[in-house]
Amino acid sequence: MTLTVDDVKRIADLAYIEINEDEAHAALTQLSGIFGLIESMQAVDASNVEPMSHAQSVTQRLREDTVTEMDQRELFQSIAPDVEAGLYLVPKVIE
Amino acid sequence: MCNRQSEFVCYRETQFIAGNQIMQWEIVIGLEVHAQLSTRSKIFSGASTAYGAPPNTQACVIDLALPGVLPVLNKGAVERAIRFGLSVGAAINSPSIFARKNYFYPDLPKGYQISQYELPVVQGGTIQIQTESGEKIIRLTRAHLEEDAGKSLHEDFHGMSGIDLNRAGTPLLEIVSEPDIRSSAEAVAYAKTLHTLVRWIGICDGNMQEGSFRCDANVSVRPKGTEKLGTRCEIKNLNSFRFLEKAIDFEVGRQVEILEDGGVIRQETRLYDANRDETRTMRTKEDANDYRYFPDPDLLPLEISPAWIEQIGQTLPELPRARQQRYMAEFALSQYDASVLTASRETADFFEATVRHLPGHGKLCANWIMGEISGQLNKDGIEVGSCPIGPDRLATLLARIVDETISGKAAKTIFDSLWKGESGQDVDIIIAEKGLKQITDDGALETLVDQVLAANPQQVADYRGGKEKAFNSLIGQIMKATQGKANPAQVNAMLKRKLEA
Amino acid sequence: MLNASLKQLSAQLAQKKISSVELTTECLDRIKRLNPEYNAFITVNEEMSLAQAQAADAMIASGQSGPLTGIPVAQKDIFCAKGWLTTCGSKMLSNFVSPYDAGVIERFNAAGAVNIGKTNMDEFAMGSSNETSYFGFVRNPWDINAVPGGSSGGAACAVAARLAPAATGTDTGGSIRQPAALCGISGIKPTYGLVSRYGMIAFASSLDQGGPMAKSAEDLAMLLNVMVGFDVRDSTSLQRDVEDYAGELQKPLHGLRIGLPKEYFAAGMSSEVELAVTNALEEFRKLGAQTIEVSLPNVPLSIPVYYVLAPAEASSNLSRFDGVRYGHRAESYTDLADMYRKSRAQGFGAEVKRRILIGTYVLSHGYYDAYYIKAQKLRRLIAQDFADAYQQCDVIMGPTTPTVAFNLGEKSGDPIQMYLSDIYTSAANLTGMPAMSIPVGFGEKKRPIGLHLIGNYFREAQLLNIAHQYQQVTDWHVQSPV
Repeated sequence: MTLTVDDVKRIADLAYIEINEDEAHAALTQLSGIFGLIESMQAVDASNVEPMSHAQSVTQRLREDTVTEMDQRELFQSIAPDVEAGLYLVPKVIE
Repeated sequence: MCNRQSEFVCYRETQFIAGNQIMQWEIVIGLEVHAQLSTRSKIFSGASTAYGAPPNTQACVIDLALPGVLPVLNKGAVERAIRFGLSVGAAINSPSIFARKNYFYPDLPKGYQISQYELPVVQGGTIQIQTESGEKIIRLTRAHLEEDAGKSLHEDFHGMSGIDLNRAGTPLLEIVSEPDIRSSAEAVAYAKTLHTLVRWIGICDGNMQEGSFRCDANVSVRPKGTEKLGTRCEIKNLNSFRFLEKAIDFEVGRQVEILEDGGVIRQETRLYDANRDETRTMRTKEDANDYRYFPDPDLLPLEISPAWIEQIGQTLPELPRARQQRYMAEFALSQYDASVLTASRETADFFEATVRHLPGHGKLCANWIMGEISGQLNKDGIEVGSCPIGPDRLATLLARIVDETISGKAAKTIFDSLWKGESGQDVDIIIAEKGLKQITDDGALETLVDQVLAANPQQVADYRGGKEKAFNSLIGQIMKATQGKANPAQVNAMLKRKLEA
Repeated sequence: MLNASLKQLSAQLAQKKISSVELTTECLDRIKRLNPEYNAFITVNEEMSLAQAQAADAMIASGQSGPLTGIPVAQKDIFCAKGWLTTCGSKMLSNFVSPYDAGVIERFNAAGAVNIGKTNMDEFAMGSSNETSYFGFVRNPWDINAVPGGSSGGAACAVAARLAPAATGTDTGGSIRQPAALCGISGIKPTYGLVSRYGMIAFASSLDQGGPMAKSAEDLAMLLNVMVGFDVRDSTSLQRDVEDYAGELQKPLHGLRIGLPKEYFAAGMSSEVELAVTNALEEFRKLGAQTIEVSLPNVPLSIPVYYVLAPAEASSNLSRFDGVRYGHRAESYTDLADMYRKSRAQGFGAEVKRRILIGTYVLSHGYYDAYYIKAQKLRRLIAQDFADAYQQCDVIMGPTTPTVAFNLGEKSGDPIQMYLSDIYTSAANLTGMPAMSIPVGFGEKKRPIGLHLIGNYFREAQLLNIAHQYQQVTDWHVQSPV
């Protein structure tokens, strides 16, 4: 697998991280090295192995359907970048 | 650009001239319905789901996606998904897996939506709908649990949008159909059947204005007789049955027109604009997100035991379709009556409670519920649950028709009084107070009939001379003389007997 | 007083020979004096710490105290603590005052411990040298030109430099054990699921685990007794009977089978590390243990597997940092998407961005199976290797790191070299097994060396027993750079 600068830009775009031309080229060099390391995985055949998502084979616990949380808007919005009338403000959302 | 009206007409005929051939198009639709589940708390947090609270007062640390917070699954949401699965004859997956759907949007605080991708809770199942040409089965692909997003408010805050996260984390069941639907009418029938069902089994309040039940339609067309599916467009956020129908009609017309002109359909997501009655591009496939689904490491596989499924199955009410069939068999109702009465569980329950008080008179009960009751409820804008005339009182009223104490016409007068809450809502008191008791005494009636015949020799002669119309005039006079209290059937028979004597 | 063990401090507090306010004040004074050089703490809040100390003294006076009541504990700045600036080492959260407490913080608060400050760390715990912190690098107190390790570098430095008697850390690929080794202290990463992750800012959810860092195994046991416990708010938190982690400390090691994976003793380890580890193993034999060679054939894949899974989870976990509800928001932008992109580009440092890019890529369409699923399959093979090994032995040992602490700046330009620092440690995160590091000697310039112990699931008490018995016959753990 060979990464290209366009790949780097595409994934930066997917990750919503602004990246300029120089950064993209620098990232390409580093990511290519890291993927070189990662590629060593492909040498091992694990086709019949079940993927392991969790360290323990336990199952999901369920909570009872009760309301436990009270309004703390004032506290939560005290650390927000921009609020008005109880709303979080962001640049205009265009649908 | 062809105007909307002509497109609509084109579609309805579904016949177009392509080259020198007449081409017929088949419409293929699959629906994705998002039903908000009626839990008290959110799917992954203990914040309230109540509608209409001031912005962000029901958004807790988890809903706000503060750093470090984690989701814990609400049992009530899973229970409702299982309930749905059982009611459509689907398989319940165990384990079932939660996955992250990654994309950025200000109303999506974590930058991902917790949803299900592989192994949804509900797999398969069917919904039966009524179409013009009879019953049709629509297959379900799946139904999965996921969390709702917040809301972006576009009122102008100095050029900014406002984000309210009260709705973020509200549990949704996304119900996905196979592309088995062939017209906008079928789509509406399917959506309505589903709407009835989710309310019937108590998993969703179905309130479409509040967004509790929302439809996305995947629409494509293909030449009739071909197998290959055409390129589809997804129309998002249809929050009324009317919009669903109109959006599909518009979209089909648009696609057919493009194909007729030799164009190709671009796969995209479109929005329906109700004001302009058209769909427009929201995003194309090229800029569609790569959602990078992967199993949510904060949530473990959901195991659903057979015992739990069975326990939920035992609390499942008799379903609309089963009731319809029972009503047809038990009360000799038509398919139409049975389906109207089972449009909601409350209406059906109301009907059954009424019949319970008046055994053997299902059709009479059905007529009154579908007629007077439903009409008044609509007029006053209230739900059957808060109907001022309960099933027992309605049955008492109808019983008076059955035992011939009152006429049907008088019953309507009494009904109006009952509705307004007059006379302590006692049927017999109203009958007595208003003097609506039917005259059923043969002797008294006979005297009256004789008097009317004597006073109208001309009509009597006319009738006997072959003018049938005169009969009705005589009946009218008799009813007038009794102030409508005579039993019409009785009067009819007596008059006929006397005139033909 | 600062060289005393937690047990000693606890006894002195209980006997009212010292007060928590005195102990806390002493720590705060040392921090004030030494932190400008070490940079081990991002936030110190004397007022809040002293208020907790006063409350602890009141608890002790009323006879309500427990073993940790009044003990100052340095909290890694990854744990949300209500009213405390909680930065996770990032510009992104440089203004984030947490409105809630993490499960771990709640447990320490309930035990009457004093939060003595928030320790420096690699940004979002991504790093092995503490050099990725937005708040600057941390120095190794044994050699101020060396890194302290990471990501819990501030915590390791604070304990080693005696700025605090104990600290918390988190470990996703070695972030407790590696800095513990490089700073000559003890640290344990418990079995995944024992310590609540609620309020612990997520790096890689399926690998992250909080744990204590302190001078000795005995201290760690006392801290674990407070940190471990079921938390209903964490779906991955395990419901188990309460265990006393100090319960097995005194057990003799006769008959203990120590597995030595040949893969951990292969090339790559420096000779000084090898020598110290060999000497430590000899000490264990003297204590009655036997060593046997075992094999973990898939363990060399730990690093590639880790560098797929951890960035994948991280790329998603870090999506919430968008400058909408809290955290850094760019000052100028053209529209919504630009605000997101600029806020995230400015708020995250280079290493964090690098890992987000790796993670985004391996999850993206067309690569998911080849990378993510493949890595999860290999993860199972690695876990199976350990399960097989534990058929033959009770504990696995090896070096914690291939070398002693490297110089500040030495590897910061070379991510791959940096990633290889976790070569021995990341397998325990992939499997979820408990693992610890204890000091077993020094290399050149008196830079410490750590011994790595990996136990079977839930065998923390056994690991602590083994470490404690070693520490009864050696004095590496009581040596101090100050």
